[in-house]
Amino acid sequence: MHAKSLKSRLLCLAGGAALVLAALTGAHGSAEAKSSLSLGMVLEPPHLDATAGAAAAIDEVVYQNIFQGLTRIGPDGSVQPSLAKSWDVSEDGMTYRFHLQKGVVFHDGTPFSAEDVKFSIDRARAEGSVNAQKPLFAAIDEVVVVDPETVDIKLTTPSGNLAYNLAWGDAVIVSPKSAESNKTKPIGTGPFKFDRWMKGQEIRISRFDGYWGDQPQLDKASFRFISDPNAAFAAMISGDLDAFPTFSAPETIAQFEADPRFEVAIGTTEGETILAMNNTRGPLKNKMVRQAISHAINKQALIDGAMFGLGTPIGTHFAPHHPAYNDLTGLYPYDPAKAKELLAKAGYADGFSATLKLPPPTYARRGGELIASDLKKVGIDLKIIPVEWAQWLSEVFKETNYDFTIVSHVEPMDIGIYAREKYYFNYNSDAFKNVIEELNVTVDEEKRYELLKQAQQIISDDAVNVYLFQLAKSGVWNANVKGLWRNSPTPGNDLSQVHWANN
Amino acid sequence: MLWFAFLRLIGLLTTLLAASLVIFVVLEVIPGDPAEVMLGLNAQPDTLAALRAELGLNAPVSTRYVNWVLGMLQGDFGISYTYSVPVAELIGERIQISLPLATGALILSTIIAIPIGVYSARYHGKIIDTGIMSVAQIGIAIPNFWIAILLVYVFAIVLRVLPSGGFPGWEVSFFGSLQALILPVVALALPQASILARVMRSALLDVLHEDYIRTARAKGLSNKATLWRHGVRNALIPVLTILGLQFSFLIAGTVIIENLFYLPGLGRLIFQGITQRDLIVVKSSVMLLVALTIFVTFLVDIAYAAIDPRLRRRV
Repeated sequence: MHAKSLKSRLLCLAGGAALVLAALTGAHGSAEAKSSLSLGMVLEPPHLDATAGAAAAIDEVVYQNIFQGLTRIGPDGSVQPSLAKSWDVSEDGMTYRFHLQKGVVFHDGTPFSAEDVKFSIDRARAEGSVNAQKPLFAAIDEVVVVDPETVDIKLTTPSGNLAYNLAWGDAVIVSPKSAESNKTKPIGTGPFKFDRWMKGQEIRISRFDGYWGDQPQLDKASFRFISDPNAAFAAMISGDLDAFPTFSAPETIAQFEADPRFEVAIGTTEGETILAMNNTRGPLKNKMVRQAISHAINKQALIDGAMFGLGTPIGTHFAPHHPAYNDLTGLYPYDPAKAKELLAKAGYADGFSATLKLPPPTYARRGGELIASDLKKVGIDLKIIPVEWAQWLSEVFKETNYDFTIVSHVEPMDIGIYAREKYYFNYNSDAFKNVIEELNVTVDEEKRYELLKQAQQIISDDAVNVYLFQLAKSGVWNANVKGLWRNSPTPGNDLSQVHWANN
Repeated sequence: MLWFAFLRLIGLLTTLLAASLVIFVVLEVIPGDPAEVMLGLNAQPDTLAALRAELGLNAPVSTRYVNWVLGMLQGDFGISYTYSVPVAELIGERIQISLPLATGALILSTIIAIPIGVYSARYHGKIIDTGIMSVAQIGIAIPNFWIAILLVYVFAIVLRVLPSGGFPGWEVSFFGSLQALILPVVALALPQASILARVMRSALLDVLHEDYIRTARAKGLSNKATLWRHGVRNALIPVLTILGLQFSFLIAGTVIIENLFYLPGLGRLIFQGITQRDLIVVKSSVMLLVALTIFVTFLVDIAYAAIDPRLRRRV
């Protein structure tokens, strides 16, 4: 009774305040023809230089809007031409020749040429460079300018990945004139130029008239940073925002689906969400224990419970939408009895206790609770330790001081991490390393897929980690907005094709 | 009066220095490396080392502390690790939201609370007093973010007369910026007003029992004049104390409200700074807040002395 009377009182008060300020309140969110787009993002990028940071938020603003690479990743995940209109590979697979687009200028008017390509790639792979994805350039021996429109990239070993690697946001082409100031004032060759950044609030970009390709249909776009899920919901439903491509409140998705003003797009990402295990710690050294844990977790219940049903089960560390995906979801079906049996065989009939360190994302915090309860049923007692992201990076990732953790590996095509020395799972398999080595020097597509499937099989057989689900991308936008990507094969919000349907 | 102010000032500077040391040490101790946060999972050791050198993280602790304090004394708050812009610039942008937000909420809560408190004290024990005070009690108990969600629901989603959040910027749209602050100001002010009204009422009740009130009435002053001239004025000291505390809370403690309305204020700057380990931003903003809080406390002290001449001699 109190609550009700209070509510009405508060409303009266608030209503009074609004009346006093009646002059200030006007019609909000008008429906005139639009050529601008306001787009919500959960995290604000730390800066805007895609070649100097790992934050996905950087790419979500600049990739393919402001900055472009020699190649690009298309909406379906395929490698497509961008600043390079075509490329040939020499017969020995050691030299890639890129033919560049003509008439390209940077946003500050500087013409683009092969020199810029050489500068950008050499800068990224140089000693002392702060590029977060330096391994992308590991195979490159030399970048040679043939003429202003042609560039050769010479390799130390044949690399089947080069065209794909150069499509990453971390490999975009920058101009020597503006490279140092790109963090705060990014200058690229893309269809949009940077306007202003109100820190903590929004970044604005607008159409670049000197763009070499087809002009985009949007005049202006703004990226607004809304980290609170309630606020994100309110901003979308009230029409303050036009789109939220990676929506942060899955529990409200159903409400948007029921509302004809909105379109809901559930797509895929490159985010393999795993329960990572420290393969050199205590009972986890034993493959049978790891297999038991894989059997003990009900993955579908996890997707339903922690992610409101959004997510695709995976059986290995690979994106299910990729043609080389090996469906191994049947390898460790949910079977607590089998799990107990395996644990007993391994000598842990009474179970054991361990810690589970959880970083802040919802999938980890919510998923962690469910996993702890699943594992309790087979006798494994998990102590949950919530950690901040920075703490996770140093304690779990760098020092590998953990037993279990949950994290989503969002980098595309990253199965190679299992071949790395001292990577945080502490997995060490010569069989796997051999497959990856062979993969790196294989150019033939069919052969590559075969090797990728083998690699997936090895890590799943070894139950290195528990492969939980592929993170879904749940986007919500105004039903009249067309051309946004439904899937997220790489972090980014390519706005070049976006337009309003009712114009 | 001047001597009083001088002594306060010395105490104030000592507090600031102590605070700077505590802030610095605490941030040195917490785990997490800014370079790791920025470069993520695929960073190579040489890349991390290069970035650490670039950020100036390799110097010894004592050197960094001294440089930081000396820099601040000269108005140089350092360069943000993540944003790569001067921290002073970031704080300058954020204060344009936090200051109006805090001031607005303080003014609104005062406007609501003082008359209600006075009214309630005057009709002490009557039904109206009991009624007002129980509403105030609930107002204290309800968190401001809940009020915020309710306000957004009513004014942004159902009525659509105000934006659900965001801040266009004063120079872009003064009108729009004012609009953007209405709901957050109301959400912040209501719980504060509830507290203030209760303090006003009880302070006034204490005063109304004093002998000089009877004297004032006896010499022929009207009820109303006695109440305002002799009652309210003497009851203001505890109210001022609470106002001082509330301002400090409002300027720094609004991070939840800022998040809900996605306003780029100081609270959110610090929050983001902590999660991204942009320690220089955290250090300098927290230092600024400490300075601001101390300054407000100083002002309140001075205001006491202005209201009550007896306090000037007591120091």
